[in-house]
Amino acid sequence: MNLSNVLKNGFLIIVASLVLTACATQKKASTGQMQGDVYTGTDTVEYLASGVPDRVFFATNETVLTTASRETLRKQATWLRKNSSINVVLEGHADERGTREYNLALGERRANSAKDYLMTYGISSDRISVLSYGKERPVDSGSNPLAWSKNRRSVTVKAN
Amino acid sequence: MLLLFLLPSKSFALIEVDITRGNLSPLPIAVSPLAIDEKSKENFNRILTKENIGSEISIVVENNLKKSGLFNPLNKDAFLQKPEIANLKPRFEDWNLIKAQALVTGKVTFVDEKLRVEFRLWDVLAGKEMMALAFTTTPSNWRRVGHIITDKVYERLTGEKGYFDTRIIYVAEEGLKTKRIKKLAIMDQDGFNNKFLTLGNELVLTPRFNPTNQMVTYLSYFRNLPRVYLLDIETGMQEVVGDFPGMTFAPRFSPDGKKIIMSFAEDGNSDIYTMDLENRIVERITNHPSIDTSPSYSPDGKYICFNSDRGGYQQIYVMKSSGKNVKRISFGNGLYGTPVWSPRGDLIAFTKLHKGKFYIGVMRTDGSGERLLTENFYQEAPSWSPNGRVLIFYRETKTNSKGEGFSAKLWSIDLTGYNERLVETETDASDPSWSSLLSN
Repeated sequence: MNLSNVLKNGFLIIVASLVLTACATQKKASTGQMQGDVYTGTDTVEYLASGVPDRVFFATNETVLTTASRETLRKQATWLRKNSSINVVLEGHADERGTREYNLALGERRANSAKDYLMTYGISSDRISVLSYGKERPVDSGSNPLAWSKNRRSVTVKAN
Repeated sequence: MLLLFLLPSKSFALIEVDITRGNLSPLPIAVSPLAIDEKSKENFNRILTKENIGSEISIVVENNLKKSGLFNPLNKDAFLQKPEIANLKPRFEDWNLIKAQALVTGKVTFVDEKLRVEFRLWDVLAGKEMMALAFTTTPSNWRRVGHIITDKVYERLTGEKGYFDTRIIYVAEEGLKTKRIKKLAIMDQDGFNNKFLTLGNELVLTPRFNPTNQMVTYLSYFRNLPRVYLLDIETGMQEVVGDFPGMTFAPRFSPDGKKIIMSFAEDGNSDIYTMDLENRIVERITNHPSIDTSPSYSPDGKYICFNSDRGGYQQIYVMKSSGKNVKRISFGNGLYGTPVWSPRGDLIAFTKLHKGKFYIGVMRTDGSGERLLTENFYQEAPSWSPNGRVLIFYRETKTNSKGEGFSAKLWSIDLTGYNERLVETETDASDPSWSSLLSN
């Protein structure tokens, strides 16, 4: 095998791996807004204050807070401690892939997961009320897994 | 299979309508326009602005029979006999010629500012009258007259009560999917006489009739406090049910109309409660850290079916009305919700989610004999016709990649799984609930 062949092959391999990388990157970009089926993007997120996201997201049929959700809620707790005159409503939501009544209960449970976490970080329950919308108020009207992941959420809204 | 022989035992049983299976050959029936004299015609035209009320009523009957899937109303153009003569004495050979097996005739008259109707049902092959009835009502009730006639014909030919003189209460929807405006609305079973009961200022969900059809219980987000309400349809009076510190939802009346059963959510846990409407006593029925919701009583009031995720996922359970003896009854693959006890007592209708599809189905009250009637992208919330033969539910469409094309509509399907039909509504619609028979 002469050098030019080695170079050629090597070159081909590099080109091939570049193409693969490009594919992988592309794929990642289209699913990069979800981990498992929990939304990790920021499209719909609003901010209570600079660096304090207003919402957390849930997996299908789940009410457990993810690591990212807990981080968001800790930021909210810090902000709430600094702004002790502000009260909040936690609005719990479900996606459209469930029966209406069960989803009302699910939304209530999601908002309460967030409430419990804020309370463990020192926010009095007097300052937090909970409101479930079930599947009545989606943010994304799409009928696809990404849209549903954005809709499974608890949003912290200033009440005063 | 149950065959219903309907004629007196002395004659041959020529007309039979089997409603226990999908009817592939609906009974050919001729619905003659109801006869009307010139004077009555003029009077009704003046009051109702309908040129020929006799013919209009027969169209109501015809459409009802057709939609039931059990009857095939024949084209009126082929009728040889004039309505007034047919009602006196049909020439059965003529009706036989166009293959009618049953014939409905009648007469409308204007008497003391009222609408008087008589009608007859004839067995064409046997050449006999099967039934004759007459009644009087206010002219504005003319569509109900058509529904009552249909109920009588249906009952005489199938052996079971009809479901035509009934209403549907539902949620009328409009606007963007993300900001849906919802109003309570009520209409006749065939979509006519639609009326909105709320203005759309607040979100309203899941209306259900009481047994006498005068009251409705539903969920309203009035002042952003989701609570179960009671509405008097006649007076429009609304009141909150009970004094709960959190969301109450999923309400239904008990079969005697004295209680409302519903869920109350507190601290992330939903349990089932009842409230006695007379003495306002609230009773807790379930006490479990899972989501317990969508309760529905058995028609005798002794049992309650509901859905719960106490086993990890949403499934259907049955318990005594005291809350004791909780037993899971759904064991198929997938999630089960919205159980509703049949008015006949023998079946529970439900919504099922399996592998990304939604089904409306029925099972026996012990969970055996599960039968899925219809599959779709999204559909839920079946409600029974008062005779337990038909289910009405709502179905939502999948939106396109831009999130457009959303709609929600009411559909009905026979217990047999046949005869699936769109129920036409003025606006988009969801959460239908069927009344009992208005006249009994």
